[in-house]
Amino acid sequence: MKLRKATAASAAVLALALSATACSSGDKKDEGSSGGGKKITVGIKFDQPGLGQKTPQGYSGFDVDVAKYVAKKLGYSEDQIEWKEAKSNDRETMLQRGDVDFIAATYSITPEREEKVDFAGPYLLAHQDVLIRADDDSIKSPADLNSKKLCSVTGSTSAQNIKNKLAPKANLQNYPTYSACLGGLQNKAIDALTTDDSILAGYAAQEQFKGKFKLAGFKMTNENYGIGVKKGSDLKDKINKALEEMVADGSWEKAVKANFGPANYKYEPAPKIGEIKS
Amino acid sequence: MSSVLYDAQGPRAKRRNVLYTVVFLLAVVALGWWVFRALNDKGQLDWEKWKPFFGSEAWTTYILPGLQNTLTAAFLSVLIALPLGAVLGIARLSDHVWIRVPAGVIVEFFRAIPVLILMIFGLALFAQYTDVNSDDRPLYAVVTGLVLYNASVLAEVLRAGILALPKGQTEAAQAIGLRKTQIMTSILLPQAVTAMLPAIVSQLVVIVKDTALGGAVLTFPDLLAAVSPMSSYYGANTIASFTVVALIFVLVNFALTSFASWLERRLRTRRKSTGTVLPPAAVGGTDSTGTAA
Amino acid sequence: MFDFLEGYDLLGAFWVTVQLTLLSAIGSLVWGTVLAAMRVGPVPLMRGFGTAYVNIVRNIPLTVIILFTSLGLNQTLNVTLGAQRFDVINFRLAVLGLVAYTAAFVCEAIRSGINTVPVGQAEAARALGLSFIQVLTLVVLPQAFRSVVGPLTNVLIALTKNTTVAAAIGVAEAALLMKEMIENEAQLLLISAIFAFGFVCLTLPTGLILGWVGKKVAVKR
Repeated sequence: MKLRKATAASAAVLALALSATACSSGDKKDEGSSGGGKKITVGIKFDQPGLGQKTPQGYSGFDVDVAKYVAKKLGYSEDQIEWKEAKSNDRETMLQRGDVDFIAATYSITPEREEKVDFAGPYLLAHQDVLIRADDDSIKSPADLNSKKLCSVTGSTSAQNIKNKLAPKANLQNYPTYSACLGGLQNKAIDALTTDDSILAGYAAQEQFKGKFKLAGFKMTNENYGIGVKKGSDLKDKINKALEEMVADGSWEKAVKANFGPANYKYEPAPKIGEIKS
Repeated sequence: MSSVLYDAQGPRAKRRNVLYTVVFLLAVVALGWWVFRALNDKGQLDWEKWKPFFGSEAWTTYILPGLQNTLTAAFLSVLIALPLGAVLGIARLSDHVWIRVPAGVIVEFFRAIPVLILMIFGLALFAQYTDVNSDDRPLYAVVTGLVLYNASVLAEVLRAGILALPKGQTEAAQAIGLRKTQIMTSILLPQAVTAMLPAIVSQLVVIVKDTALGGAVLTFPDLLAAVSPMSSYYGANTIASFTVVALIFVLVNFALTSFASWLERRLRTRRKSTGTVLPPAAVGGTDSTGTAA
Repeated sequence: MFDFLEGYDLLGAFWVTVQLTLLSAIGSLVWGTVLAAMRVGPVPLMRGFGTAYVNIVRNIPLTVIILFTSLGLNQTLNVTLGAQRFDVINFRLAVLGLVAYTAAFVCEAIRSGINTVPVGQAEAARALGLSFIQVLTLVVLPQAFRSVVGPLTNVLIALTKNTTVAAAIGVAEAALLMKEMIENEAQLLLISAIFAFGFVCLTLPTGLILGWVGKKVAVKR
């Protein structure tokens, strides 16, 4: 009798565990199948204001708007899009394995990446830059960063670029995400945050940081944002056509204004499809 | 025991203790004041930064999905690790050298390696050799690491539980003519498992804590990983986000710890006869002490 | 076969792991003993502080603590622990986090050791007129330490493994190097085997040697 109670107790624990896991897998399936019919899966960033951000109200940003427009031209309505987080390190793998149909996630076209995946676009020309405190006048050229505390994201090309070429002596701190650097920048624990100016502008424009940060305007590199698709996919031409239409009918201008306007980001004019500035 | 260490306090000792209390209190208050001032200077105590946690939005968008992933990973791990640990533990007690030794090697090997190393390995393994969806890969990797490690720990807990049973149990079973398998399954295991329950529950604390590794290093969207998008959306409220997340971890684990010691007390008082209940901090406990990352 | 190792400082990474372990071990032994003394001492406020500290810290993931030292202490409160470069700062912050966390377990181990010292020892010491501090440092703790070598060894082994968490704030120890190597090189199984072997080499001898020491110094009763 005693034994039975103990077994019942452990059975209850097991049942609890089972139901907990069952719930979660059920949820996932719901996400996948709601709406019914065909679906398109798009990879975006989840934590970059102005480009791709997950908010309590849904997804927002320039990449998101471009992806929505492209999906519409491909014949998918907004609720037929399934958004997935495409972290910088995962993007090529996600495309190669077919986890996503296309990726619009601050995805710079580079020769190394083109060996693994195909790119449509570019749809935006950005530059590597640094974000500094609004009252900081000591950083006037990239070389000034040598004596400064610099923050970037683990494994990012921006960090390597600074370390190898622009300011080899900079005191570099790496975090998994850009947002982790912002608090430190505000509190003077670091002096500059480096990545593409389009991303930096998004952070600078956030309500809480208004007027606290500014872009240095160094234009250290050219970053041609493209839409990544699987190698050899016929989506590339269709997306290129959609992007051309987006520029032609003024939607591109509208999306850029809506997303970068508040950031006061001096964006470059819409690039020509296939024209990659190195 | 503690009261044995010092005498009943006379007037002088009492005065001295009051002095110590005041000095210690001043030190704690000074530290607290410094932290408060520093936080206040940086605007980390602004209502703006804390407000999101008093509405439902932050919870439903960031925290609860993260917590659910944390608990999913923890429960899946313990579900798989339990039977695996039982098999390893019994195998290690086997009479056959060719079963006992490999089981022993497996158990000792996985207890000697950091869980994070196992998780990093698991993530790359699933990416290169299986076609697990990229969304699920971090979960698989976290669970793999936790299972390999905790199965080994639970194997040792079970082995200790079986070894702690009075020898008379085995001897009596042998006397009535039970075979080895029968002795194990119908006499030893049921008693050992009951005795192990508190230790298993407290091992769950270790597992819950270790899932945070997945969030920090493997992009597993757990409770800890919720801090980054959350503080990015709410304007770098790092301190507030961390405090809330740490508090949730403490509450969940405190509930588990209390459940474990309640279970232990209950089992101990109920089973006076054989009287083998492993306290939460027995075999698994001392080991888990730190493993806990 | 081992060509891919070129360009990676494998020994250096493990040396950082060893340094993290040793420094944190010393720190947590000291802080843990102080906490244990508070928990058994006559001042109620200190007892309460010790108990609260242990119960809270034990229930927070080490990962949260380590990340907090970097994002909270360093980035928000500008604590630099006297260093300039981030690699040094992060290392010191990791040691601080490991000490804060491990001390809770050291405290509990020592407290259980105090409980193994026969009551008569403390009573005799008090009868001689020793104060609480004297009873603790001259009579009880020396005996308690000898009986907790085993549990403390387990804590030390766990600490060795826990140093990998420092990878979360970019300290260049073994786990971070392993992650980097796996991302850049193809030999997954070989790389993993090397790092697993490295940790077995660190933890197994620790257990064996200290297990022997523990038996040697144990108070026979």
